[in-house]
Amino acid sequence: MYRNSILALLTVWCLSLFAPVANAQEPDLQAIIQKLATSKNFNQTKAVVAELAATGDASVAGVLNALSEGAVYFRKSDRQVFVVPGRGNTLELFDPLTGEAAGEAGKRELTKVRVNNSLRRSIRDAIGGLTLASEDPTVRLNAANTLAANPDVDALPAIEAALEKETDEAVAMRLRQAQAAATLISDRTLEEKTTAVTVMTSLGNREALAFLTRFEAQAEGELKTLAASGITKIEKSLKLWGMGQNIWYGVSLGSVLLLAAIGLAITFGVMGVINMAHGEMVMLGAYTTYLVQEIIRNAMPELMDWSLLIALPLAFMVSALVGLVLERGVIRFLYGRPLETLLATWGVSLILQQAVRTLFGPSNQEVSNPSWMSGAFEVGLITITWNRLYILIFALCVFAILLWAFNKTSLGLQMRAVTQNRRMASAMGIRTPWVDALTFMLGSGIAGIAGVALSQIDNVSPNLGQSYIIDSFMVVVFGGVGNLWGTLVGALSLGVFNKFLEPYAGAVLAKILVLVFIILFIQKKPRGLFALKGRAIET
Amino acid sequence: MTGKLKTLALASLASTIMATASFTASAQETIKVGVLHSLSGTMAISETTLKDAMLMLIEEQNKKGGLLGMQLEAVVVDPASDWPLFAEKARELIEGEGVASVFGAWTSVSRKSVLPVFEELNSLLFYPVQYEGEESQRNVFYTGAAPNQQAIPAVDYLMENESVERWVLAGTDYVYPRTTNKILEAYLQSKGVAAEDIMINYTPFGHSDWQTIVADISAFGSAGKKTAVVSTINGDANVPFYKELGNQGIKAEDIPVVAFSVGEEELAGLDTTPLVGHLAAWNYFQSADTEENAEFIEKWKAFIGDENRVTNDPMEAHYIGFNMWVKAVEKAGTTDADAVIDAIIGVSVPNLTGGFSAMMPNHHITKPVLIGEIQEDGQFETVWETSGLVVGDAWSDYLPDSKDLISDWRAPMSCGNFNTATGQCGGKGVN
Repeated sequence: MYRNSILALLTVWCLSLFAPVANAQEPDLQAIIQKLATSKNFNQTKAVVAELAATGDASVAGVLNALSEGAVYFRKSDRQVFVVPGRGNTLELFDPLTGEAAGEAGKRELTKVRVNNSLRRSIRDAIGGLTLASEDPTVRLNAANTLAANPDVDALPAIEAALEKETDEAVAMRLRQAQAAATLISDRTLEEKTTAVTVMTSLGNREALAFLTRFEAQAEGELKTLAASGITKIEKSLKLWGMGQNIWYGVSLGSVLLLAAIGLAITFGVMGVINMAHGEMVMLGAYTTYLVQEIIRNAMPELMDWSLLIALPLAFMVSALVGLVLERGVIRFLYGRPLETLLATWGVSLILQQAVRTLFGPSNQEVSNPSWMSGAFEVGLITITWNRLYILIFALCVFAILLWAFNKTSLGLQMRAVTQNRRMASAMGIRTPWVDALTFMLGSGIAGIAGVALSQIDNVSPNLGQSYIIDSFMVVVFGGVGNLWGTLVGALSLGVFNKFLEPYAGAVLAKILVLVFIILFIQKKPRGLFALKGRAIET
Repeated sequence: MTGKLKTLALASLASTIMATASFTASAQETIKVGVLHSLSGTMAISETTLKDAMLMLIEEQNKKGGLLGMQLEAVVVDPASDWPLFAEKARELIEGEGVASVFGAWTSVSRKSVLPVFEELNSLLFYPVQYEGEESQRNVFYTGAAPNQQAIPAVDYLMENESVERWVLAGTDYVYPRTTNKILEAYLQSKGVAAEDIMINYTPFGHSDWQTIVADISAFGSAGKKTAVVSTINGDANVPFYKELGNQGIKAEDIPVVAFSVGEEELAGLDTTPLVGHLAAWNYFQSADTEENAEFIEKWKAFIGDENRVTNDPMEAHYIGFNMWVKAVEKAGTTDADAVIDAIIGVSVPNLTGGFSAMMPNHHITKPVLIGEIQEDGQFETVWETSGLVVGDAWSDYLPDSKDLISDWRAPMSCGNFNTATGQCGGKGVN
């Protein structure tokens, strides 16, 4: 955020250097800016902002930007206003207009000029008009966005002038929307308004729909029918996009379910162990991520973007080791006794939770998103957030690797042999206890790396695992015990099913309906979607 | 399932026996104070802090010479986020340990679970969390905010300062959000907001996939009217909710979210950069610039041994409640429940925001209401506050079946739900 604002500041300062007019007016501007130090409430500050914007001088955009980000302070002793982008106890001061360094001051010597939401909004609107001519396309895009959302008839000539010069397609599109929106509320000619309605219809987004609906309410004659048909057209396309959006949400939810369940698909699906501590393996993975980030933050902050990649192998190892101890220490004595296994692993899950709670405290730990996982992009009218997209790709990768390990490696072969017929496998010279231990380790380790991914979208707290254990069992049972493909199809279809129900039934009912559906489904097909066939299964 | 619950109960029982044993070993002539907060399970995230805050307050009081010439002794039990276990533990505290009063509970369901125990055994409970109102019980003192001390002023603020016309009421699916939203809906409609401008949405506890709901909110907010979200989303579900808001690029300038359950403690697990400007309504912020508060924060950090720990609103409620109890006991000269119940009404103690809070006859207290915006350092900056103190209203004036009810535990009325329309005690929801 600061980096952006500083960039914007620099751009604006550079611009102001090239504009001699700005320099001539500087004393005036300084005087207005100094009023920030004497303003007593938000309304007075707002008046100062309006005054600054009214000068029409682009060089004030820097200080306005800084103000909206809470980086404008004044010195208590002489009420001098400064831009202070840094944090800490000793702060560097910069001149609000020229951007030149103006010495340092202690935190206690300065008072922050306070801002609230409505002030931030007025600042954004003010900057919107000022930065339309900026060199930086992102600054221009912000300006165009502001103008598109808050159409202003007075800004129309400026918008049209900017539109003619605009080379960036994204900015131009937003400018066209701003132009159309402003035209609709202006007193321009019929032809121009007709074009504006057509432009709005072709844009087809929600904002356009809102403007058209408002326009349609007070329009007359030909324009009204045109607007009305535009509205129906937009509504239709929005519905289609909405469908696409639901599918994406469903697939994304499915990928989370897949990640949480795939480790269980091995321990429960392949080995038949009801491991109630599976969720805690996920939690351990998430806490490993937290520790890795904590160390990186203190030791080598420049590696922050790589923290997840570093955490992956570590999380795998931590969870796999705990899994190994659990298998060797508890589960191997309980093979073939599902009820005791369930109780014992439930107990282990409580012990692990409480241990983590004692070690790290009960509150959430902060795991930050690396910069490449923050934010979103748009495909048409569908918003796709980067973190969800990466998690989907990651889940599919894990799935592919696991499939390969299962079908192409000798360990995979041994695992399958042991599950299908333990005694025969043992007679062929496979050390079945070791295969059991390794399989359980693999399942737990996979849960650990799922924790790395889940730490990006969920709380890192001792309860993290609990919220996924039921869902994981649901997916494995639905998809068919002992079948990795079943888990994939099960997770994705449950995700999509859930997300299609949610808009109609609400999140609470959707979850209940999915559970009811699974109960009914299991009645009909007790072995799940993809049942394993063969004699070994019957016993 | 019962098997699981039993194991859970056994495990927590064992841990509490260990916890209580270590405390009871000390001196004979003490006044025992019960602390009933979950130290394990889902609510441990919020309640453990309150347990520590109580231990600190009791330690402070002992340093000042105790109470009635005796030392105070904390008896800590762990109800493990298991609602029926709260009732068992409360009984154990009162009958088994003979505590003079109990400070505890967080969720409304846990409070409802212990109410009959406190009534039956005639003991005292100080409940420190903002709640849905619609209750006033003789043995309970509500030191958190009632809806008129949090929800209604927050909505007023948004209407006046942000000119919001369209409302999303989003909450977790349980009694507090449902009742609060019912009150808010009635209040908004009384202010002339049309039914189609209110969207109500409930999600399960610990909901983590917010994509659809955030997209719905953003669609609802693009109708051209200024939109705000009033969030009664509780606990763990907040982190993924705010993360999704940030990722989908919903800024506070466009659609502000005002939350009633998000405080400094919840923000501690979050990168707050994308959340700057979203709001919360409380009666206390750590950023409150008063001497009492600075001293409290310093003591807290020293007690817990961690410079980064934050303070929050329910902690202040315990601070006020504990001091009120101490003062009432001193006034009554005994810890006897009946005497304290009589003595505590009208007792006034300093709060941490620079004023005094008083216990009212309806067992609620007076508090200032603050609206704060989230800052980049995870703290709140107060952008608005009520000019005076607001008296907690046990029975909402905006719900048809509670608008005639008042509560006054002073003699001769001594009634928690007096119906002014019929002139009789016992309107509804007798607890």
